[in-house]
Amino acid sequence: MQELGFFAILFSAVFTNNILLTNYLGMCSFLGCSREIKTALGLGSAVIFVTAATSVLNWLVYAFILVPLDLVYLRFIVFIVVIAAFVQLVEMIIERVSEPLYNALGIFLPLITVNCAILGVSLFMVIREYTFTQAAGYGLGSGAGWALAIVAMAGIRQRLAQRSRIPRGLEGPGIALIIAGTMALAFMGFNGMINLN
Amino acid sequence: MTAIRDWKLFKENLGTQNPVFVQVLGICSTLAVTNVLKNTLVMCLGLIFVTSLSNLSLSLLRAWIPSRIRMMAEVLIIASLVIIVDICLKAYYPEISRQLGPYVGLIITNCIIMGRAEAVALTSPPRTALIDGISSGIGYSYVLLLIACCRELLGTGGIWGARLLGQSWTNWSIMVMAPGGFFVLAVFIWIVKGWIMRPATEKAEA
Repeated sequence: MQELGFFAILFSAVFTNNILLTNYLGMCSFLGCSREIKTALGLGSAVIFVTAATSVLNWLVYAFILVPLDLVYLRFIVFIVVIAAFVQLVEMIIERVSEPLYNALGIFLPLITVNCAILGVSLFMVIREYTFTQAAGYGLGSGAGWALAIVAMAGIRQRLAQRSRIPRGLEGPGIALIIAGTMALAFMGFNGMINLN
Repeated sequence: MTAIRDWKLFKENLGTQNPVFVQVLGICSTLAVTNVLKNTLVMCLGLIFVTSLSNLSLSLLRAWIPSRIRMMAEVLIIASLVIIVDICLKAYYPEISRQLGPYVGLIITNCIIMGRAEAVALTSPPRTALIDGISSGIGYSYVLLLIACCRELLGTGGIWGARLLGQSWTNWSIMVMAPGGFFVLAVFIWIVKGWIMRPATEKAEA
């Protein structure tokens, strides 16, 4: 595999290999919290921040603790603990420092621990053997791609709720999945540019 | 008496309370591998193993888990079980394990497992919790397996590597790519909600 730089990975994680639309990660909160743009923005920005930070943290933990100690098989537990601890820490800091920010992001933070996208980014990064800068770019890009997808979805769903008549059986998750599929088709248009595997 | 209740719970988790159709939970980690039936089957078996055992062990430990740190305890137990699955796969089916890649690890964040642990395991005796775990695992798996059958059949013209549709069949390669998964699941939900469950909901509304 050719060496991709920080920005190439960042770009491809947002567009060509969008973590939500090509890997289906983070679907639960994607379907659950995409009714309003405001909520989607809040959750999206929280995800960007946490994914970017935890991918870097997990890379450091993996490279400097797990590999030297030959504990690679424990990575699932270690990664999820790092993510959970980080989320808890951020929640406490935000609560102290800024009330408006806490009201905007705070309620989403507990949801994030179990968002598959976050753990998925860390696992992909290990499997694809990224270097430190690549991991940072991948983390930031995946978070941004996820946020982009959920905000776009929320916009579409808001419109739909106002003016469309949806068949009864498709209301709620059904139509959301069809929209997601269409969005995934659109994003496939970027595929030729760069490809991660 | 308990046997009847258990059976009812079992049936509900497979049908009217099915985690995928009704709650649309936990599709993240497994939908991604539904383009090949074999991988889906392995993932589903892993998932049933993890849901049932995590439910059982959390239920056994529920008296000792302080509620403040229960999420952490749940995650740790689930993660240890997933590690067992991962190590077994690596040892016996290295090829499949390589194909599944990170998705085995992502069973940890599958919302169904956490959801069952929160809703059932921490409040019920071990027996109920175990039955609930197994049945929601199976309820989830059969839906995913059906989806995988559809996608593999339409996308590659065969199932389990064997070609079923004739040479004249043109593969719908969109089915094995990402958007296909979204569409197939949406159509499944539509069918179930629109035709199969409609009598039930209308009765409930009346």
